[in-house]
Amino acid sequence: MADIKNLTRGIIKENPAFVLLLGMCPTLGVTTSGTNGLGMGLATMFVLILSNFFISLLKNVIPDKVRIPSFIVIIASFVTIVQLLMEAYVPSLFEQLGLYIPLIVVNCIILGRAESFASKNGIVDSIFDGVGMGLGFTLALTILGLLREILGAGTVFGYDFLGLLGVENPKTMLVFILPPGAFLVLAYIIAIIRKQ
Amino acid sequence: MAQKIESSLKNMIASLFLITFGAGLSLAFVQHITKEPIAQAHLQKQIDAISAVVPQFNNNPLTDSQTIAVGDDSLTVYTAKQDDAIVGYAVLSSTNSGFGGLVQVMVGFNPDGTIYNTSVVSHQETPGLGDQMTTEKFRSQFKGFDCKSQKATVKKDGGDVDAITAATISSRAFCKTIRTAYNAYAQITNNTTDTDGDSGATKHN
Repeated sequence: MADIKNLTRGIIKENPAFVLLLGMCPTLGVTTSGTNGLGMGLATMFVLILSNFFISLLKNVIPDKVRIPSFIVIIASFVTIVQLLMEAYVPSLFEQLGLYIPLIVVNCIILGRAESFASKNGIVDSIFDGVGMGLGFTLALTILGLLREILGAGTVFGYDFLGLLGVENPKTMLVFILPPGAFLVLAYIIAIIRKQ
Repeated sequence: MAQKIESSLKNMIASLFLITFGAGLSLAFVQHITKEPIAQAHLQKQIDAISAVVPQFNNNPLTDSQTIAVGDDSLTVYTAKQDDAIVGYAVLSSTNSGFGGLVQVMVGFNPDGTIYNTSVVSHQETPGLGDQMTTEKFRSQFKGFDCKSQKATVKKDGGDVDAITAATISSRAFCKTIRTAYNAYAQITNNTTDTDGDSGATKHN
């Protein structure tokens, strides 16, 4: 039966970005700001939930030997749907995430969950797993994006919170917006999580 | 639950066919319903960019546009009019010499040739460095910029533009789009002045 553990597991204990270290490409690439991280996380979560649901639903009619191509077709379809919807209704976010949206197809979290979870478990469990992993990924990307944004640009979700506190022209550390900053912040977060 | 079906050739072909068929159908459906909004969003973006760089207008600059050849490039110039009087020109200018490649800038000119405002339409500059060209802080120095008396190059190259710290290449690219846009603008207004001179009419009528 459906197990609530499948929902909560992905958020902290098996967080896809911080613990399983899956999907590093978008994790490091798009998290230049909190908004970008959140947008990418939500787009990935949407694809993850739908692909988990469909793969779990169809797992008995997909012969084992062609399961990977079938999974990829299903995942790629949902990614394209997300891409078209974003381009139509949130063009500004679409522009920011641009290249990384099609790359969700090859994000190992999604294929990984399809292969190791959805193709072996029931529909409700698979949806739970998708929601949990998606939330975990969104959380991870948002935290990473926010930290980089605060350190590198001095803003929170694009808002100049330092200005509200009366700090004018703060000295920010640009390196955190640049690719090396992504590695640094990620490394510190992982170190803190692993310390327990 | 039903037994998992066997990996026979027939089953594999059938299931792959059904899955790709379903995927194709759903994609066609989504593409159909998003086609209109996507076109709308692109159009809206252009109108927004034009409105950002010229004074208030009430015509449709998208239909009131002309293509001008500058060098081996061709630029689109949109004319903004308020009650048939020209209030400004918006020039969509671009260069490939950005740090990350293509930089597209909409440059708006007042009828007297000074720049009203600028707006970056698309770019692939480094986040945090080159992409500061989109900020008001950098672009505000171009408000009222007069390409006739001022040089649209960065100070390092002997011009009048403060470059973005640590992003000289991006700043140069931005300046280049300004210069290209001004060339296109100059061509247009020269033509207009010529016709005006022939007929003896002035723009104030």
